[in-house]
Amino acid sequence: MELDFTSSADYLWAFLPEIVLSVSAMVVLLVGVFTEDRDPPAAGDPSPLGWVALVGILLAGLANGWLHGVETTGASSMVAMDGFRLFSNWLFLAGAGLTILLSFPYLSRQRLQIGEFYSLLMLATVGMMVMGGTRNLLLLFLAIETMSIAAYVLTAMNRRDRKSAEAGLKYFLLGAFSSAFLLYGIALVWGGTGSANLPEIAAAIQAGAAFSPLLIAGMALLAIGFAFKVAAVPFHMWTPDVYEGAPTPTTAFMAAAVKAASFVAFVRVFMEAFPALYESWYPVIWWLAALTMVIPNLIALSQSNVKRMLAYSSVAHGGYLLVALAAANETAMAGLLFYLLVYTVMNIGALAVVMIVSGHSEERMQVEDYGGFGWSQPLLATIFTIFLLSLAGFPGTGGFMAKIYLLQGAVESSLWTLAITLAVVTVISYYYYLRVAWYMWMRPAPVEGAHTRVWAPLPMRMGLVGSAAVIIYLGIFPSGLMEGARVAVGGFGRAVGGVLLGLGP
Amino acid sequence: MSASYIPILMLFGVSIVNAVGMAVASHVLNPRRATSEKDMPYESGMIPLGDTRARFSVKFYMVAISFIIFDLEAIFLIPWAVEMRYLGWEGFIAMSIFVMVLVVGFVYEWQKGGLDWE
Repeated sequence: MELDFTSSADYLWAFLPEIVLSVSAMVVLLVGVFTEDRDPPAAGDPSPLGWVALVGILLAGLANGWLHGVETTGASSMVAMDGFRLFSNWLFLAGAGLTILLSFPYLSRQRLQIGEFYSLLMLATVGMMVMGGTRNLLLLFLAIETMSIAAYVLTAMNRRDRKSAEAGLKYFLLGAFSSAFLLYGIALVWGGTGSANLPEIAAAIQAGAAFSPLLIAGMALLAIGFAFKVAAVPFHMWTPDVYEGAPTPTTAFMAAAVKAASFVAFVRVFMEAFPALYESWYPVIWWLAALTMVIPNLIALSQSNVKRMLAYSSVAHGGYLLVALAAANETAMAGLLFYLLVYTVMNIGALAVVMIVSGHSEERMQVEDYGGFGWSQPLLATIFTIFLLSLAGFPGTGGFMAKIYLLQGAVESSLWTLAITLAVVTVISYYYYLRVAWYMWMRPAPVEGAHTRVWAPLPMRMGLVGSAAVIIYLGIFPSGLMEGARVAVGGFGRAVGGVLLGLGP
Repeated sequence: MSASYIPILMLFGVSIVNAVGMAVASHVLNPRRATSEKDMPYESGMIPLGDTRARFSVKFYMVAISFIIFDLEAIFLIPWAVEMRYLGWEGFIAMSIFVMVLVVGFVYEWQKGGLDWE
């Protein structure tokens, strides 16, 4: 099929995955309010709504697969139809699907509102997919708000828990604050270049038609807004509290998919609209990357709460990803996509095990509580160990290969200091990841029989085993996915006219 | 281009100097004679009876949110109705989708009991 964007109907086709997912979200919401509220399932029974939501995700995936074969002609002012968008759509759908699969027992056990939870999760995913697929700053802002507002509610979803409410309020206030930065940045960029369209902004800058003080100020504000969203270091203060207080499936979703979406939008805006200003924004990203790698890794060393430790680890992973943005070459961009996919799988998997260990009401979160888990639940503990090793970047896991690609990208742009910092902080991070594994396998349980009964029904086990298999597979045979990521970024690079490739200091 | 903005800059400067100057001048020049009446929360007003942070029932918020939703619907529907012939079928379909989405939300609210006062 060929889309030419002269009629509105072609825009509908171009947004087919998003539309399918929105409709599924509404179906889930209505089914939920007509069935679950009438007779709620007994606490602990997995709700059939999860399967409905998974079918919706699957249908959106089919639509996204269909988009791979679609040709476009003519100017598509707002919609990007490139590999970068399709790859990031797969990423978000995988993140949402995994979160749904792994949250089956949690939601009914905590008596959360299941229909609302799943439909908000899917609507947040719609926002993310639009974030990855738009070339217009205003549509981007709307997409970010769609994602963020759903994420605020998901954070505060556990109404009986004070911490969840506090996390939701904090996230809402700081998220609104950062949205204001973003919006002001968009306004100034529009004032400076006369367009909110990324290729047109790039063209205006190339032609020298841009009014530069306004443009630079707008770019700085955009960078601040995105740095808030990806939790880069001077703007990361909200992250640990929000990730710790939110219900664990929400934490998994936020730390993986929401962060990935923010990175995808960050990269698209800066690579597609401001490639000619690389010299001005690269030092800022350089410092953000350096700080975001070092500081959270040092703080995570002293965390005894595993969920909070994983929150700091998530901030640190944001730092590794910023190295790719600072390098801004093709290898680094493909490495960023590869890293985001691996990170989504391993982080959601690790938090799912945290969900299992924490028991009824999120009370067992300390690292001591993991004592004896290994020998009473060998399968789950082995999987958790794989995720921890991958998060740390151990050879043989997907996390290792992802870091190698990022390092390669940094070296190609001669960012030696950042590359060395990345390697050093990775070694430091081994300590806090492996400490959990050490407690799990080498220490006795704090209470006798603490882990003999765990709540992990079949869908959850299937999801965990599948994720671990993906991580191991990508650790041994990474080249297939990496080639896919390169092709995806190639489509993205063509859109900016090859100005970017190999552009380094 | 920038030269045409200089009058605005001057206006900014004058208004800032004016505002700050008045505040500083009244602070410096005025005599201070504190009396017990002046120390009360509202000089020559009513004496406060209780805490200002009164609690409202959450029902009022439900009504307010429903109002905003239908208010927005009206804001979209009226311009469309005025220009209906010009917008044609495309506008009609777009509007129908919008109203359908809103109806889903409305059915949800109704089922959830958001419209029951008690």
